[in-house]
Amino acid sequence: MINQITEKKPKAFSNILLHLHPAAVSEESISFTRTFGLGGMAALLIVIQFITGILLRFYYEPFPQKAYDSILILHNNVLFGQLVRNIHHWSGVFLVLIVFLHLLRVFLTGAYQSPRQVNWIIGLILFALVIFSNFTGYLLPWDQLAYWAVTVSTSILQYIPLVGNSLREFVILGTEVNAETLIVFYTFHTAVLPILILLLMAYHFWRVRKSCGVIIPRSELPKTMVPTYPNLVYKEGVVALTLIALILVFAVFFNAPLLERANPSFSLNPTKAPWYFAGIQELLMHFHPFFAGFLIPLTLIILIAFIPFLKYEQSPTGIWFVSDKGKKSAKLSVVFAVAITIFLVLLNEYLINFEMLLSWLSPVISNGIIPLLIVLGIIWIYSKYITKKFKLSFSELVQSIFVLIITSFVVLTLINIFFRGTNMQLTFPWNL
Amino acid sequence: MKSKKKIEKPKPEKQQPIKIEPPEDKIESRRVFLKKLWMGLGILAGAEFIGAVTGFLFSGKGNSKETEAKKLIEAGRVDSFKPNSVTPFRGGRFFLARLKDGGFIAVSLRCTHLGCSINWEEDKKRFICPCHASAFSIDGDVLNPPAPKALDYYPIIIENGIVKVDVGTRKQREKFNKDQLTFA
Ligand code: HEM
Ligand code: HEM
Ligand code: FES
Repeated sequence: MINQITEKKPKAFSNILLHLHPAAVSEESISFTRTFGLGGMAALLIVIQFITGILLRFYYEPFPQKAYDSILILHNNVLFGQLVRNIHHWSGVFLVLIVFLHLLRVFLTGAYQSPRQVNWIIGLILFALVIFSNFTGYLLPWDQLAYWAVTVSTSILQYIPLVGNSLREFVILGTEVNAETLIVFYTFHTAVLPILILLLMAYHFWRVRKSCGVIIPRSELPKTMVPTYPNLVYKEGVVALTLIALILVFAVFFNAPLLERANPSFSLNPTKAPWYFAGIQELLMHFHPFFAGFLIPLTLIILIAFIPFLKYEQSPTGIWFVSDKGKKSAKLSVVFAVAITIFLVLLNEYLINFEMLLSWLSPVISNGIIPLLIVLGIIWIYSKYITKKFKLSFSELVQSIFVLIITSFVVLTLINIFFRGTNMQLTFPWNL
Repeated sequence: MKSKKKIEKPKPEKQQPIKIEPPEDKIESRRVFLKKLWMGLGILAGAEFIGAVTGFLFSGKGNSKETEAKKLIEAGRVDSFKPNSVTPFRGGRFFLARLKDGGFIAVSLRCTHLGCSINWEEDKKRFICPCHASAFSIDGDVLNPPAPKALDYYPIIIENGIVKVDVGTRKQREKFNKDQLTFA
């Protein structure tokens, strides 16, 4: 086997990659469907963001009177200026999607359990940093879209009891989005967050090595090892080139949006939060802001962070969806989540409005506690039902509930992006 | 550590009777002390660094807020505003409303729901928010949710028949009441 490893001498480029990888990897772990290359894609997208971001910095000026003009100059006077901005825009979008899928992959193969629980937490922090990067970047063009999206999303903070107002003023440095907001967002976007992401990413990779590579099904032991070069390196190359090609196609055909210059006196109709916050914005249409903007998201984040630390009856199998019945119940969860979410949204929109119906109650109860109890009740009955139907083990049950909640969140996000038009009324996408 | 130290010690030959080595446990405790001292100094330096950085970051921000504090905008002569009318001052971020009884109120144009800028609808005599369709009456009270409370307002001073609005101090309120009005 040692002969096999030293057989092919890698060239300079692959040498860099080999610093991240061990000299030999198990055949099972590098099959594409094990990870779908999602972690690697996320890393590549971050590299692209660094390169294009640094290029953008040569022209961008972080001042309200100049920011918008500097983007116009970028578009009109700079060779490939628009293209570079488009690449930065689309990689930002792809990055969130890919990291989300990576999270799903890690979860559904059981790789969040010990010994990889630390990487689950590091991953979640990385996810948050990626979202913050996107959000701080969103403000920089200083057009109407940017200004109002940031205004609306930071205003959600004011519904946190006691500290809400001061927290909001702390985040945007004043009562309204202003020049100071811009320079602070800019500093976070182009210095603080990138450094944090780099450091954590290095640690994330090291932890993967420390757990002896990605999770593989236990039954597959003993492993057959193959040299990393060329087996893994070539595969990574194919994935990387495909992704780069895809992003270039997007960047050539679809321009990053740019509306009129930001105008604090006139709002857009509709004003929407950035797309990755659309799920929360849709919740805001149905729950009291304290629940939709604060309690529910925070509880979910804490629960997701705690998933690795629950007591499971056996160590992870490394098999997709744990088992056959795990897979069946997860599928049912997806179908159920899609149906029930759409049903509840329509019901709340057109038939039952708790705030109007129970107007003698405080909105916190009528539009917060009551609908929340209804949703929790549905989840509880559903989990009783599938546990009985499929005779689920605990890890399979956790998986089904996770799939249920994540799918609902995705459906809410899609409804808000594609089916909410003027005055945030429900419409069809072609009427937007 | 201890055993290593013993092995590495140079063979004492002639000096042996002169040099008095402190006993091992004394050396050990001195070592522990020095270690703690270094650690303490390190923590102190770290705290100073964090303090300095925090000071650096926050001292500048407060000042610019203070300069904003009292900022009077002259809106115009009292008699130039008809009763039951609304005049936009978009630059000052407020609408100057004169109610039927002649009282003035300067309502902020920031919607209390999520902060969009409201517009005045003259035919329906109400403010409407373009973002999520909250509506407010001429005095800033909520006519239509999701906005949870009345529009903020700015204090008004009337001197020599001139209406002045203090846009430095924005006041929050749950509901409209008469005390918030200013009369000529
Ligand atoms: C995780 C990494 C990053 C993400 C997700 C991200 C995301 C974004 C987004 C969404 C925008 C708004 C673009 C638009 O208008 O559509 C933006 C703008 C910008 N970003 Fe980044 N970015 C990242 C890293 C960086 C880095 C490392 C730099 C530079 C050091 C940078 C510099 C800039 C600049 C100068 C702009 C303003 C130009 C423009 O709006 O197009 N970014 N970024
Ligand atoms: C910037 C974002 C991220 C980057 C660049 C990244 C990168 C990677 C890479 C390259 C791997 C190696 C295996 C693979 O490709 O799947 C990996 C594994 C892993 N990641 Fe991430 N990741 C990110 C975010 C996350 C998130 C959001 C989570 C979960 C909350 C997470 C949890 C994990 C775990 C637990 C492993 C080990 C998987 C296993 O052993 O099978 N990562 N990550
Ligand atoms: S911001 Fe005015 S209704 Fe939502």
